[in-house]
Amino acid sequence: MTEPILSLRGVNKSFGPVHVLKDVNLDVHPGQVTALVGDNGAGKSTLIKCIAGIYTPDHGEFKFDGKVVNITGPRDATALGIEIVYQDLALCDNLDIVHNMFLGREVKKGPVLDESAMESLARKTLDSLSVRTVKSIRQTVASLSGGQRQTVAIAKAVLWNSKVVILDEPTAALGVAQTEQVLNLVRRLADNGLGVILISHNINDVFEVADNIAALYLGTMAAQVAKNEVIPRQVIELITTGVSAGVEKAGVK
Amino acid sequence: MSTSTTAAEVTETSLKSAAQDYWSKVKAGDIGALPAVLGLLVLCIVFGSMSSVFLTPGNFANLLTQAASVIVIAMGLIFVLLLGEIDLSAGYASGVCGAVLVILITDLGQPWYIALAASIAVGMAMGFGLGTLVARLGIPSFVVTLAAFLGFQGILLILAGEGGTIRVEDETVLAIQNSNLSPTLSWAFYIAASVFYVLLGLSRINARRKAGLKAELFKLWLIKTVSLVGISGLAVWALNLERSNNRELVSLKGIPYVVPVILFLLVIGTFVLGRTAFGRHIYAVGGNAEAARRAGINVKNIRIAAFVICSALSAIAGLLFASRQNSISPTTGGSSTLLYAVGAAVIGGTSLFGGKGKMRDAILGGLVVAVIDNGMGLLGYAAGIKFIVTGAVLLVSAGVDAVSRRGSSV
Repeated sequence: MTEPILSLRGVNKSFGPVHVLKDVNLDVHPGQVTALVGDNGAGKSTLIKCIAGIYTPDHGEFKFDGKVVNITGPRDATALGIEIVYQDLALCDNLDIVHNMFLGREVKKGPVLDESAMESLARKTLDSLSVRTVKSIRQTVASLSGGQRQTVAIAKAVLWNSKVVILDEPTAALGVAQTEQVLNLVRRLADNGLGVILISHNINDVFEVADNIAALYLGTMAAQVAKNEVIPRQVIELITTGVSAGVEKAGVK
Repeated sequence: MSTSTTAAEVTETSLKSAAQDYWSKVKAGDIGALPAVLGLLVLCIVFGSMSSVFLTPGNFANLLTQAASVIVIAMGLIFVLLLGEIDLSAGYASGVCGAVLVILITDLGQPWYIALAASIAVGMAMGFGLGTLVARLGIPSFVVTLAAFLGFQGILLILAGEGGTIRVEDETVLAIQNSNLSPTLSWAFYIAASVFYVLLGLSRINARRKAGLKAELFKLWLIKTVSLVGISGLAVWALNLERSNNRELVSLKGIPYVVPVILFLLVIGTFVLGRTAFGRHIYAVGGNAEAARRAGINVKNIRIAAFVICSALSAIAGLLFASRQNSISPTTGGSSTLLYAVGAAVIGGTSLFGGKGKMRDAILGGLVVAVIDNGMGLLGYAAGIKFIVTGAVLLVSAGVDAVSRRGSSV
């Protein structure tokens, strides 16, 4: 197995008296989809916000590409190549796909926006993800379906040579066909060599696309296991009780 | 793997598919300039057939100078409206800035350019204050600018003093709204502006083709450009006709100076909104402030900047008021000015919900408002009826805006 691109050891985070993350370990490998599962309040959001630099963990070690790094703000995470796609996508409906993908990081020629360069680069990125569902990348995001919006948000995240992409419940609001499209896209991200963290409540989605599964239970990492070593029932047990017969407790191995 | 899609993109679309594209844009809530242009055309035909004076060159020039200050205020308002905010004080801001200008010239004997710079600086300071209260304290812009509406009215009243009006006699200031380019210069200006416009369009199409991207349909561009250049040519020809009532005493010919001033503001504003990162960020904040914030845009600074620009343009409108009225009075920029300016922006196609609008909306909408005002005046309708009709047109435009927005979000 490859060296992890991102590796967390003993991450702790408290908000006042509430100890949200307790000694959490997580490994994300390039070219793999790591599903992060857990019930509401298990600490999934807190964990990814720590990775994205929105929260600073109280203590714990971050290794990125084998080197210990210090992430103290969103800019640090972005500089390393970590991108988050939030559940609410954060797209501007009134702008077109190209504008959205480059929002805040526009390509300029002097003081003037270089629309041609941005459009070519956006097109190249969408092609590299084999996105064929959008007709014109100059249409406004308002005219896109939920799945297409998700596609744009993901393409925006991979545009910047990112190495790790975190997807927060990308299929939560989608229909069957669109869920399938987005999951295929998630798979292609990993096939393109990125480390992907997929947060999902849907065990079927997880088993369809993930390579390994990390289950959080009340702020502790119940287990991080390869997908083909477990069956859905065991994962549900990990999510709801934190233990499952036949699955090693994380950190024990 | 990308060749198939890229090739499909490059092949030029036909006029038919361009029409389909337009229709899908309308369905997505973007109606564009067509309704305002058609409305303007219908209004001109109606008033032209009902009044013998409406279509005379004299009235045409008059209409332009009438519309000028409202257009400039509307241009400023568009920056604020794009954020989904409003500036109700823009009208009186122009009055206050106009008063500063006139006082500096008449009472303190300053040259016009120093006075203009000072009045724009005052406008920017007022906008900075408004923007700071809205962006940093989080007071709704409606309330902040409503308070400023009253406050600026008070300042204007104090500045105008007991006499009530301050006259201005500076030749440059008066010339802007009262004098014209000579007919030769008018044609020269027209040709220069047309060449600039055509070259700009051609270079854009060329640049996109070179980069292998789908360019605007050439036929469509040609139709748009030829009609725009043709109509402006007709307008220049009309303005170059003699329109003085007493030809032996004085000759009135040519484009009013205010027209190049407004076109200059149009070019600058369009460039800033459409071609710079700052302009893009204004649209982004208006479309989804949270998304803009996450993209690393300083949303507060963008908001403040929009209010600063709005009030700075109001200061220029103040200059136009002073020039047209030869003076500043406590009602300068008051009564229906602000409502006409908001109406102009919305009728032109700018959304009150933010995120949608262009500089040219101010001109199109401003002309519609001025044509209604002017045409109904010529037909002898009372001010009351004019207000009701203008209000109704504004309401219809805002209704179209709201409905098209609803259509897009479904």
